[in-house]
Amino acid sequence: MTQPLLKLEGLKKHFPTTSGGAFAKVKGVVKAVDGVDLEIYPGQTIGLVGESGCGKTTAGRTILKLYEPTEGKIIFNGDDITDLSPKKMKPYRSQMQMIFQDPFASLNPRQTVGSLIAAPFQIQGVTPEGGIVAEVQRLMKRVGLNPEHINRYPHEFSGGQRQRIGVARAIALKPKLIVADEPVSALDVSIQAQVVNLLEDLQDEFNMAYIFVAHDLSVVQHISDRVIVMYLGKVMEEADKRDLFSHPRHPYTKALLSAVPVPDPKIGRTRERIILQGDLPSPVNPPAGCVFNTRCWKAQDRCRTEVPQLMQIGTNHRIACHFPEE
Amino acid sequence: MTTNKPFLEVKNLNVAFPTEDGLVKASSDISFSVARGETLAVVGESGSGKSVTSLAVMGLHNRRSAQISGQAFLNLESGPVDVISADEEVVRKLRGKAMSMIFQDPMSALHPYYSIGNQLVEAWSLYNEGSAQDGKKRAIEMLDLVGIPAASKRVDEYPHQFSGGMRQRVMIAMALINNPSLLIADEPTTALDVTVQSQILKLIRDMQQEFNMALILITHDLGVVAEVADRVNVMYAGKIVESGSAEDIYYRPDHPYAIGLLNSIPRVDKLEDTRLVAIPGQPPSLIHLPQGCSFRARCEFADRVPGNLCATTTPSLDQKGADHFSRCHLPESELVKARVEIGGRK
Amino acid sequence: MLNYLARRLSATLVVLTLVSMSVFGIFAVLPMDPAALTCGKACYPAVIEANRHRLGLDVPVQVQYGRFVKGLFVGRNYGEGAASISCPAPAFGYSFNRHECVTSLIAEAFPVTLSLALGAFVLWISVGVGLGIVAARRRNQWPDRAATVFVLVGTSLPTFISGILILLFVGLKFHLIDPLNLGRWVSPLADPVAWFRTFIFPWIILALAYAASYTRFTRSNVIETSSEDYIRTARAKGLSEKVILQKHTLRAAVAPIVTLAGLDFAGLLGGAIITEQIFNLPGLGRLSIRAVLQDYDLPTIVATTILAATFVVVANLLVDIAYAYLDPRVRVA
Repeated sequence: MTQPLLKLEGLKKHFPTTSGGAFAKVKGVVKAVDGVDLEIYPGQTIGLVGESGCGKTTAGRTILKLYEPTEGKIIFNGDDITDLSPKKMKPYRSQMQMIFQDPFASLNPRQTVGSLIAAPFQIQGVTPEGGIVAEVQRLMKRVGLNPEHINRYPHEFSGGQRQRIGVARAIALKPKLIVADEPVSALDVSIQAQVVNLLEDLQDEFNMAYIFVAHDLSVVQHISDRVIVMYLGKVMEEADKRDLFSHPRHPYTKALLSAVPVPDPKIGRTRERIILQGDLPSPVNPPAGCVFNTRCWKAQDRCRTEVPQLMQIGTNHRIACHFPEE
Repeated sequence: MTTNKPFLEVKNLNVAFPTEDGLVKASSDISFSVARGETLAVVGESGSGKSVTSLAVMGLHNRRSAQISGQAFLNLESGPVDVISADEEVVRKLRGKAMSMIFQDPMSALHPYYSIGNQLVEAWSLYNEGSAQDGKKRAIEMLDLVGIPAASKRVDEYPHQFSGGMRQRVMIAMALINNPSLLIADEPTTALDVTVQSQILKLIRDMQQEFNMALILITHDLGVVAEVADRVNVMYAGKIVESGSAEDIYYRPDHPYAIGLLNSIPRVDKLEDTRLVAIPGQPPSLIHLPQGCSFRARCEFADRVPGNLCATTTPSLDQKGADHFSRCHLPESELVKARVEIGGRK
Repeated sequence: MLNYLARRLSATLVVLTLVSMSVFGIFAVLPMDPAALTCGKACYPAVIEANRHRLGLDVPVQVQYGRFVKGLFVGRNYGEGAASISCPAPAFGYSFNRHECVTSLIAEAFPVTLSLALGAFVLWISVGVGLGIVAARRRNQWPDRAATVFVLVGTSLPTFISGILILLFVGLKFHLIDPLNLGRWVSPLADPVAWFRTFIFPWIILALAYAASYTRFTRSNVIETSSEDYIRTARAKGLSEKVILQKHTLRAAVAPIVTLAGLDFAGLLGGAIITEQIFNLPGLGRLSIRAVLQDYDLPTIVATTILAATFVVVANLLVDIAYAYLDPRVRVA
């Protein structure tokens, strides 16, 4: 572990908001992602968690340059790819792939499974050993699909199988990094475990790095090595999984963890629970100072004026809070 | 837990929908009951029939397009009424009064064109005499009760001006405005963020005590079930496969599906680096249900049942404990082994 | 809201200016010379030049446009000296073919077109929306099938066929129309019965195609709205089917129809060319057709085109305001 596979330095993605219509004016910016640092190594999984509007999905997409970053740097394998043109990005594209949340919407319904999975080869202009068809069938088999179904269409598959199609397509070019955006949250509970296991097996096999974007903390806890907790575009806490889940230091992380229901009646009913007041503020108009101050039970005047910087508080453990938990 | 007479008693309820591809047997042979003050959780995956059953109780299926048989009694003060066979007009007048329902997606469950107040007053004035002023006063009271800040001001606002969590509060206020005896909550927190989810679950529990309601909570989230349920029905492919107290289901699960399900979910409170124990395969089509046990194709214990029984005979919901039922042919001795085996893989 | 209105209003003015400029520009570059066309039989270059001057075409096009806009606000004189003709504001121009100010030509034709459009509008809205609701409520039953047939006939039968058919086989055959007085304009204030008789068949013909597409649109809107979550909520509250339909379903299903109806109505105010032609109605449509095909009467063509565009642009504004009134989600934005 000498050089990180991917490194983000102060990544920001801001979206302008407009008044709409033909004579629209820019009214302000949504700071969807407002400064994310990250280092990921081959074979590692980093979980990106947070509630809706925290910027985790935008962050995932900006990493793959599906959005142009507003500020900051993306360094892949030592190369700065932040400002590369789409053409120059092409050789990197095959090394970084995405798996989407909705296996229903992310597959073109008019294409057969075979052509869906073969698409990456055609786009990159490579012919795998033994020909495309043989390779597609090998991939289908690898992700647990019946290779005989190569000429079927996405609607003939169940949700779990469709997500397997998405996985097969993502691993076709043997990428080094996969950004998985809520890959199991649309699936039924008994199917989720199948897909999570598949992702873990593939990671062992190909030594891929995963950035696992999800709101379900139980799944993130299971699959990740490190976890980044986001809130309104900002990183609140970042730590190795064990540290973060056994000893959260940021009040938001603590509240978030305590809110996750536990499938055990005795623990579930007696566990200490921090119920946060109110809703997430609008990302268009985030609170001044610490973005979490409106819902934080420890907030003081300082939190309302001064933005807490992300600071080291232990080995590989960083938080952005003026008054961390003990 | 309460020992009083159940408020809702469902007996042998079947719901099926004729389609071009065949008859979809959405739920079959459903029997359960729930008393006031009691919380029954119905847990299952999509297509397991958990919502279909409740919609049948509410009389919300179109009687032209759904084939419904069986009985569902509401034990009202005036005497029991079977909502399945009763006249549509009779059932309508029970909706919102004796029984209420809230739904998964609070973003789309409120009418976008009418103010919150308008929609609450509409529900109130169905069953109350009084002026629009009285209605509005009551609406503000209810909004206040469910924790909407500045209720008297927000009552005139429209749904799109509320966040998801606030809209679900509004839905709850609307469902409870006529003081119902039964509340059916269909995935009430699934569309919400986890910190908001815990607020809403707490609110639902508080309201249940406040109004002494029977509560049916439909969810796929076994964590939510563990936190709120007194009793649990586990559904699979349109049938109740296991039913019991929360402790029965979580600590002494009897059906291989329930055992598998509980072991397949990762837990936020347990740091384990082991593989998840997945249930192989996927649920059967509700049109072409297999003969015998619907779970057989995914069940690794089917071959331990003598005489190929799982493939030929649909198991009945048999009593396993005081208030614990399971739909499985597996003998008790094998069950204990199965529990240990699956649990041990973690 | 006021802010929104002001913004929309200024945008509308900009659009209108651009529309009028482009209409003006298009006709200015056409390879035809109105000065030569109005010249008559004994035509010498000197006469053409004199005409050109009289018509105001001897100056650059932007100056012509400037004069045109000025005329709209303060009126305008055409020609010089004793032969000069004065058109009061708003002056759209002077028709040398018909020897009248274009504004008075329009003033004569507009009530005819307005009568035609208004009656047809009432008819197609009531039939189309009504039938659409019934078809949606009785889905796959006989009223729905009947509506489907109506939609098929209405949308596939062109107006020039249905118009002539009704004229020949109903109107004239049963002596409901007096062929000598076909299309005679009578003010509804002067003689409502005669007015009604003049317009009843044109209304039916014009409304037919619209009613068919409105039936289809309403039907699909009502069906779509009926499956919305908030309709299920309304049912769960215990509301009767009647209240659910009237208050909850229709409110949401009708809003998009308002948009469509406003724009369709505005489109008709520019003139229903085919219907006016068949029934000999002296409306804006026939005024335009005659100006284009017979007279090559440039000022009239420019005026009717700009007028038609104005109706559509203004209707767009009104429709958006109406929509904001109907849908609170638009109001705040």
